[in-house]
Amino acid sequence: MRLTNEEQDFLDGKHGTILQKTMETLIRYGDMYDAECLVPLDGPVHLVCSFGMPALKPLSRIMKEMIDAGIRTKLPFTADPQPLDYENVTANQQEQEMYQLLYGTQKEYESMLEKLGLKDEKAYTCACYFDEVGNTPKFGDQLAWAESSAVVYANSVLGARSNRTSGVMEFFSGIIGKTPKFGFLTDEGRKADWIIELKTSSLPRPQILGSAIGIKVVEKVPYIKGLDQFLGTELTPAVKDYLKDMGAATASNGAVALYHAENLTPEAKKDGEGLIRENAPVYIIDDAELERVVNSYPILWADLNAKPERAFVGCPHASFHQLTEWTEIFEQALKEAGSDKVSVDTVITSAPDVIAKFKETEHYDRLIKTGVKVSHICPLMYMSNPLCAKKSIITNSNKLRTYSTARYVDDETLVNLVVKGGF
Amino acid sequence: MEQFQGRAVIPGQVKGKAMVSKAGFNVLSSYMGALVSNGKQTLCTDQNNPDLFQKDLSGAILCIPQVIGSTTAGMLIQTVAAMGIQPKAMLFSATAESLAISGVLLADIWENTKIVTVDGLGDRFLESVRDGQLVEVAEDGSVTLL
Repeated sequence: MRLTNEEQDFLDGKHGTILQKTMETLIRYGDMYDAECLVPLDGPVHLVCSFGMPALKPLSRIMKEMIDAGIRTKLPFTADPQPLDYENVTANQQEQEMYQLLYGTQKEYESMLEKLGLKDEKAYTCACYFDEVGNTPKFGDQLAWAESSAVVYANSVLGARSNRTSGVMEFFSGIIGKTPKFGFLTDEGRKADWIIELKTSSLPRPQILGSAIGIKVVEKVPYIKGLDQFLGTELTPAVKDYLKDMGAATASNGAVALYHAENLTPEAKKDGEGLIRENAPVYIIDDAELERVVNSYPILWADLNAKPERAFVGCPHASFHQLTEWTEIFEQALKEAGSDKVSVDTVITSAPDVIAKFKETEHYDRLIKTGVKVSHICPLMYMSNPLCAKKSIITNSNKLRTYSTARYVDDETLVNLVVKGGF
Repeated sequence: MEQFQGRAVIPGQVKGKAMVSKAGFNVLSSYMGALVSNGKQTLCTDQNNPDLFQKDLSGAILCIPQVIGSTTAGMLIQTVAAMGIQPKAMLFSATAESLAISGVLLADIWENTKIVTVDGLGDRFLESVRDGQLVEVAEDGSVTLL
C-alpha cells in the first residue's frame, strides 16, 4: 500500500506502540484486498460494540491503553444500542443476575466510550443515520462503519461508501481517521453481481424480500428490478423505512452490504443498468418463492402453540415515522377487538433521540395507553440471555429471528397475537 | 489425494480433521455460548447451521464458504483467540469477507495467535472435502485432502 509520510511515521512507531499497532492492523487489512492507499474518512465511525461484556477483554484492554495514552477518535462517534432497560423491558431476578454476568462491565465500558469520543449519551442506536441522531452521511462520503444494517443503509439508500467493517477495525479507523480504499469504497466494488427480478402480485414484506435476497446472493451486490412499481421512485419516509428493514434482512440473512433498487436508490437512479456486471445471474422472486423462504425458517420454540410472552418490533430501530404508524395500527386493532390494552408485553425499540422527539408528540401518550412500551435497547442483546432465549418471543424482524430463538411473524399476525393474547 | 491452491491469508502448517459447513459461518450465532460462558463452552450455538450446531469449534479446521452475519465477527474471532478456544484453521472456498480477515489479523497482531487462514480455494474444494476428513494445510496456501 502507498503510504504518506505521516502514515509511515505511525507505522514506524513515532507516535507510540499502540498507534503503531493500530496503523499496522489497518495496513495489513487493506493489503489483503490490494488497497492502493488509506483514504480520509468523511464522517464519524459507527461502532458495533455497545455492550460491556466481561468476555470481551481484548477490546477493553485496547481501549484502556488508548485512554491512558490520551487518544480519542478524530470525530465524535455513534454506537449500537445499549443492552438493558429494566423499566420498559422487565426481567425477573434470575434474568437480571444472568444479565449481570453478560453485561457486568456495561458502566465501565460506557465510561470508556465517552472518554474515547462518543458523540453523547443518546448516541446508542443501530440506526445512527436517522436525522434525529445526526450521524447521517452524504452521497459519496467515505466511511468505516460497522453494524451490518447501518452499513447496508448508508451504502444503498444514502449512496455513502463503507465496507462492512468489523468491530475493533471501525474503532481503529476512527482513531486514525482513515480507512483502506477497497471494496465498496471503489466504483468497481459497487457494481451489481446479481439481477433480482421482482414478479410478485403485490409489494412484498420487506423482511421477507430482504431475507430471500440475502440467502441467495450472500455477500454479493444485487440490482433489484421491479420495486419501483410498488414503492415509486422517491425516497419518502415510508420508502426509507421499507428499505431500512429490507436491507437489514439482506445483511443478516446473508452478508449484503450494498443493493441497488432500480429507479429508486441514488446510484441506480444515476447509473441505471450500467451498474450491472456482464453476465450477472438472474434471481426471479415471485409469490411462491417468498412463501418457500418463509416456510424454511426453523421455529425454535419448545412449544409451538405457546402464548407469546413478549413481542419485539423495531430491529433495526424504528424510525419516528414508524413509531407514529405503529401507534395508529395498535389503536385500530384494539378498537376492532373491543379492548383497551394489548395482552402481550409488547416493546417497540428505537433510537434515544427519536424516542425523545416522539415523547413530545400526542402519539406517544396514545401508544403508551395501548400498553405498548418504547425502549432504546437492542432486542438481540435481550435475547442473548439464555433464560430469555427460552421464552416464547415473537418479532416481525427477520434480523432478530436470524440471530436468536425469536419467532418471526408478519406485522398483521404480530398485532393480532398481541391484541388477542395467543395463537 | 486431492489438492487445492488458495491464498495464504495467515500462513501456517496444520494437519487435522475437517469440520465442514456448506452454509456461511455465522460467527456471532456460533460463538454466543462461548461469550455467555466466558469461554467455558465451546460448542457451536448457531441453530440455523445444522452442519456445525453443537460441534466443538475449539481447535477445529473450519472449511466454509464465507463468514456471514453480524459485524461483531472480527472482534469475536479476536476474543475467542484471546480465550484460547479459536479454530486451528479457517479454510474458505470464496475470498474471505472483510469480517473474517479482520478477525484473524486482530488475533495475529493483538493476541499473538495465528489462526491459519486460506481463502479462494474454490467451490470444488467445499464440494470435495468431507466432514471429518483428514486435511493438510501448507505454508503456501495449498490444502491437501488426505
